[in-house]
Amino acid sequence: MKSLKSLLCGTAMCAAGAAHAVDLEVTHWWTSGGEAAAVAEFAKAFNEMTEHNWVDGAIAGSGGVARPIMISRITGGDPMGATQFNHGRQAEELVEAGLMLDLTDVAEAEGWRDIVHPVSLLDSCTIDGRVYCVPVNIHSWQWIWLSHAAFEQAGVPVPSNWDEFVAAAPKLRDSGIVPLAMGNQPWQASGAFGVITIALAGPEAWAAVSVDKDAEVAAGPVYAKVFEAAAAAREMRQGSNVQDWNQATNLVITGKAGGQIMGDWAQGEFQVANQMAGTDYSCLPGLGVNEIISTGGDAFYFPKQSDPEVEAAQKELASLMLSKEVQVAFNLKKGSLPVRGDVDLAAANDCMKKGLAILAQGNILPDANQTLSPDTLGQIEDLMTEFWADSSISAADAQERYADIIANAD
Amino acid sequence: MAKIAAIPMILTALCVFVGGTLWTVVYSFTGSKLLPKAKWVGLDQYERLWNTNRWIVSIENLMIYGICSLIFSLVIGFVLAALLDQKIRFENTFRTIILYPFALSFIVTGLVWQWILNPDFGVQNIVRSLGWASFEFDPLYNQDIVIYGILIAGLWQGTGLIMVLMLAGLRGIDQEIWKASRVDGIPTWKTYIFIVIPMMRPVFITTLVLIASGIVRVFDLVVAQTSGGPGIASEVPAKYVYDTMFLRQNLAQGFAASTMMLLAVAIVIIPWAYLEFGSRKRD
Repeated sequence: MKSLKSLLCGTAMCAAGAAHAVDLEVTHWWTSGGEAAAVAEFAKAFNEMTEHNWVDGAIAGSGGVARPIMISRITGGDPMGATQFNHGRQAEELVEAGLMLDLTDVAEAEGWRDIVHPVSLLDSCTIDGRVYCVPVNIHSWQWIWLSHAAFEQAGVPVPSNWDEFVAAAPKLRDSGIVPLAMGNQPWQASGAFGVITIALAGPEAWAAVSVDKDAEVAAGPVYAKVFEAAAAAREMRQGSNVQDWNQATNLVITGKAGGQIMGDWAQGEFQVANQMAGTDYSCLPGLGVNEIISTGGDAFYFPKQSDPEVEAAQKELASLMLSKEVQVAFNLKKGSLPVRGDVDLAAANDCMKKGLAILAQGNILPDANQTLSPDTLGQIEDLMTEFWADSSISAADAQERYADIIANAD
Repeated sequence: MAKIAAIPMILTALCVFVGGTLWTVVYSFTGSKLLPKAKWVGLDQYERLWNTNRWIVSIENLMIYGICSLIFSLVIGFVLAALLDQKIRFENTFRTIILYPFALSFIVTGLVWQWILNPDFGVQNIVRSLGWASFEFDPLYNQDIVIYGILIAGLWQGTGLIMVLMLAGLRGIDQEIWKASRVDGIPTWKTYIFIVIPMMRPVFITTLVLIASGIVRVFDLVVAQTSGGPGIASEVPAKYVYDTMFLRQNLAQGFAASTMMLLAVAIVIIPWAYLEFGSRKRD
């Protein structure tokens, strides 16, 4: 009896002693090699620098698989400590419904408005003047990756912009190389279309359509040019019968394809294959036409909890994610750009440095995720999937339907 | 007493099934996005639905898949059962082999057939390596016939069960009937079609319900095999509902689509139920 009593006392003391340490579950969809290593940096920093514990809640699959699970947990009354979303409007309604923790006091105390660069990232975390998320990295779509081996085999110099690439395509085709690699996953087609748009129509026209939802511009001559170019690219991709984006990247790495339009996450694949930027492959931001990068990426949101101690731990994690050391450690592993301009990324490779330079000059655009709702993006994705797979749909038809979606966009 | 005991079950059924269905139908007339909101928009969601190319393609695919799946499942299932019923040797072995695919989930089935139908590794490659170099069979990469590629996988998975049910039905037929028809000199095939099949009516209705429910909810097979591609050529309604509700954060649009699916099922079921159960009362 006595021993039982002391045991009970012991556990009660333990419970009291541990009251300040909080187990914070963090959900995310970073499960590939480099991604997992990057998120481990967050976990390490959180475990070492605070008294709380990081409980990893990785959800395998992609964002498309993970987001419905996260949302149903938050709306179903089983919120996690923190969760990843992409920059933009994916969690907008959750915030409006009051399900997310307000981080404004942390943001103001630490001056996030001064340190987050570009500041537009913080703007997309801000709703009605209150801050609800922490941006952690920048991923940009605006790149084309070119295989030097493929162009050598075709006997043409490696192009320095999109027009040269298009001109070289028939030569590549003649030597049995697929000019443009592209997987069959739907998001790849709509992503590549976005890149072509910004390169050929220019940032003003893009902003008119994707930010101001101006259907007249979308139906106009500038976009007609974009759709013509996309139709040409559709011919160039014939023969790349792969599904996943990294299989398409692999075609470029092995010289079976001339190039691939893909975001900067493709860089990791070249690195793993021991390829050197500049000698084995080239990267052209903005397709070499408009050197610009879009500031997509990831942000963390903190679902509201009833326990004030958990809330304190959430705020600690929020400020930790933006701190200098953690930003550097995380982004080097992830291959993405940091969200603050005042950190030193000496270890970055050539392509990453190109990106950093463009970022420093301020040639940036918001990501489509920040300006259009998931619903509208889904409709565009459907249209693009159809258009890229079926050559019987003419550029003009596709443009008409695109303008229609933009006219009804929200 | 029995009725009192059944009350909790009746209430659950009413709240969960009927209540959930009504709620879905009502909210399909709203502008709900990620969260349900009672902001009425009339028939806008339905208007958009029927102006969406992907939905139209989905419906067409479901029709093709449904009709073919219904006919082939019944015909193949019955023929296999009739063959097994000829008192052959190793019947158990054959029955197990044919029923085996049913033990696999649609996801596994889809992945297996994705490989078998892949032109670089599967059937096409094998036939070509046997010498027929111009042989072409790549249903999953051809927009016009991709739905048949899915149909093949669906039949492979589902026919076994239909066959077993049919076999049980055939075994339930009194041997005296066979003897009588043999005495009268009626050919076997005629006995099957004019005597045995009409007697197996309950079995046919069971299989029909199983096949029909399999058709309407076809989803995982498509996700695993083609994820709706190439382009949008193998999309199905259930996938449209899932995508709009959970990926595109547009609940009301998904509700509208699922209401249309419910309506389609109702149009098929109600006249049938009326004929089936209504006539019995009149007898």
